[in-house]
Amino acid sequence: MAIERTILLEINELTVRVAGKEILKGVNLKVNAGEVHAIMGPNGSGKSTLAQVLAGREDYEVTSGSVSFEGRDLLALPAEERARAGLFLGFQYPVEIPGVNNVYLLKAALNAKRKAAGEPEVDAYEFLGLIKQKMKFMHMSESFLTRGVNEGFSGGEKKRNEVLQMLVLEPKLAILDETDSGLDIDALKVVSMGVNSLRDPKRAVVLVTHYQRLLDHVVPDQVHVLTGGRIVKSGDKSLAQELERRGYDWVLESRVA
Amino acid sequence: MSSKSQDVEALVGQKYRHGFITDIESDSLPPGLDEDVVAAISKKKHEPQVLLDGRLKAFRHWQTMQEPSWAHVHYKPIDYQDISYYSAPKSPANAPKSLDEVDPKLLETYEKLGIPLHERARLAGVAVDAVFDSVSVATTFKDKLSKAGVIFCSFSDAVRDHPRLVERYLGSVVPTTDNFFAALNSAVFSDGSFVYVPPGVRCPMELSTYFRINAAKTGQFERTLIIADEGASVSYLEGCTAPMRDENQLHAAVVELVALDRAQIKYSTVQNWYPGDENGLGGIYNFVTKRGECRGRDSKISWTQVETGSAITWKYPSCILKGENSIGEFYSVAVANNYQQADTGTKMIHIGRNTRSTIVSKGISAGHADNTYRGLVKILPSAAGARNFTQCDSLLMGNKCSANTFPYMEVKNPTATVEHEASTSKIGEDQLFYCLQRGISAEDAVNMIVSGFCKVVFKELPMEFAVEAQNLLSVSLEGAVG
Repeated sequence: MAIERTILLEINELTVRVAGKEILKGVNLKVNAGEVHAIMGPNGSGKSTLAQVLAGREDYEVTSGSVSFEGRDLLALPAEERARAGLFLGFQYPVEIPGVNNVYLLKAALNAKRKAAGEPEVDAYEFLGLIKQKMKFMHMSESFLTRGVNEGFSGGEKKRNEVLQMLVLEPKLAILDETDSGLDIDALKVVSMGVNSLRDPKRAVVLVTHYQRLLDHVVPDQVHVLTGGRIVKSGDKSLAQELERRGYDWVLESRVA
Repeated sequence: MSSKSQDVEALVGQKYRHGFITDIESDSLPPGLDEDVVAAISKKKHEPQVLLDGRLKAFRHWQTMQEPSWAHVHYKPIDYQDISYYSAPKSPANAPKSLDEVDPKLLETYEKLGIPLHERARLAGVAVDAVFDSVSVATTFKDKLSKAGVIFCSFSDAVRDHPRLVERYLGSVVPTTDNFFAALNSAVFSDGSFVYVPPGVRCPMELSTYFRINAAKTGQFERTLIIADEGASVSYLEGCTAPMRDENQLHAAVVELVALDRAQIKYSTVQNWYPGDENGLGGIYNFVTKRGECRGRDSKISWTQVETGSAITWKYPSCILKGENSIGEFYSVAVANNYQQADTGTKMIHIGRNTRSTIVSKGISAGHADNTYRGLVKILPSAAGARNFTQCDSLLMGNKCSANTFPYMEVKNPTATVEHEASTSKIGEDQLFYCLQRGISAEDAVNMIVSGFCKVVFKELPMEFAVEAQNLLSVSLEGAVG
């Protein structure tokens, strides 16, 4: 029985240049609400560029193609409006912002989103209740409440903090750029649990990853191989296992053949 | 260059809100400087001969001195004969006896600056001395303070009413021959604030002086002297603004602090002199000598400064730690935008045993600005067990500005401990993008990042002014994006 799915994100023939060099050379991708997609590929294939372009990084020049998000022209929106519309990027290297309280930033983010949606802003007390609950779920200590944004966090703590932010902001589309890298197995489980808790018929998740191991915990509906600036192969979760076993060269070879 | 860093530059495009001119008749000396001018200023102040002698001595010495050129700043030579050294708003009779007699235009000026002097609207818990060009026009809460034994008045009043205190302490921390600008100030200073807190008294309210330059072609040369007697404590704040003019104006002040045994002085500055326009035209030259002496044991002097204005800033609020166990502190945020130049820092001179000092400097550069930290930590052979901690951080916005750090250390006692940490970071496009990606507007993001950077210094400001300083910073960073 076919389930009616609404298209959340649709990328058509997207080409992108970074510092004069063409990195994405015609990417096509369709993500429906309720789905989890994994984008895999070797280093330098354009995975992170794709994630950053979708989030609105300005140094990346879109030379052709289109992206729609819930039917709106995503590329016409500035980064902050994409975020308020429900697009979240979990950064590969979350940046430190010294002296800016972690909770303060997150509260400002939530309120910016609520304001844009015409909802009342949350006050500090209400927010503290919400974040404490989410932190408990993510096995994070309360010391996170008083620390600066990513200030002195370990690699794993930074990634956990990204997922915490995602859970508080409840995006419609979460793009997680190598959120699994640098995590030990316990942290990987917690992060996976966080991502899975967001799975919902109205939301979608795009996982950008090198490794199959995350996909053991967050099972994708579709797996895509991005290499040389194009998606060259798509399949179900078994594709990820095959990639793990045979490497990426095999995809390229089979494509040439 | 990426469009993002243009955004950052647009964001820091500063709008100067205090640039208006008060249309008021003034009594000014014509431009020029010689012994007659020095004598004329002294006469206008009805000073005793001893003060005039001091001025003339300073003036004669100044004539033999060279303008310093070691600072990391560049400007056209100043024509000292083209400046008027005295300008005061004309008042009908002599000095106004109460606020009701102060020219309403002056009250209005301070009102516009957010410093209400009128009884009804006074800043709660803060006594204000308002200095307009060369003279003090009003001091609030004098009665309440005098009940506690605290003297807070204009420098001119102090010369008249407390000559022995003035003679005893004036020039005892910054000698008239100290440096070029201090010598000039010692010759031509016109007014300023005077504070004396008697033994054992904790000053019941915050004291503040609000400096305003209004007249064109004048310099402001004020003198501030604060004495905390044994076991006394006081917190003092100064604020500064000036109209927008195309010519540069000179502000060369001298501030002296004296802390006797167990006394504490906290001196905070929110400096927002007109910085010049976005092309570097006009603005105040802020060449200031500030020094405090921890003369007694267990005394403490703490400088906190938020410097956002002036075309050129040249100042090094310093502490001479003479008394045993005395403490010196320097917390600074210096913002330089457009073509502003700042060369600022501190000197901590450790003389007494077990003296301690802390230096935290945060420099923010934007536009084409040049921001320099220059500091000296000197530990004399007598300062056994002395300790210093220095932290200098620089934040760059855009890629046309620069930051420099010149820390000097002279350690002559082997038991001393001196620590220095420094960092330079660029306001990251990464930090900005991170905030934008979380839905936060660019303006809010820049404010957030900069406030975070300055947090440790703002924490040191008196509560009444921490908010003001934060707002001032936001105004400096207010921009076109949004």
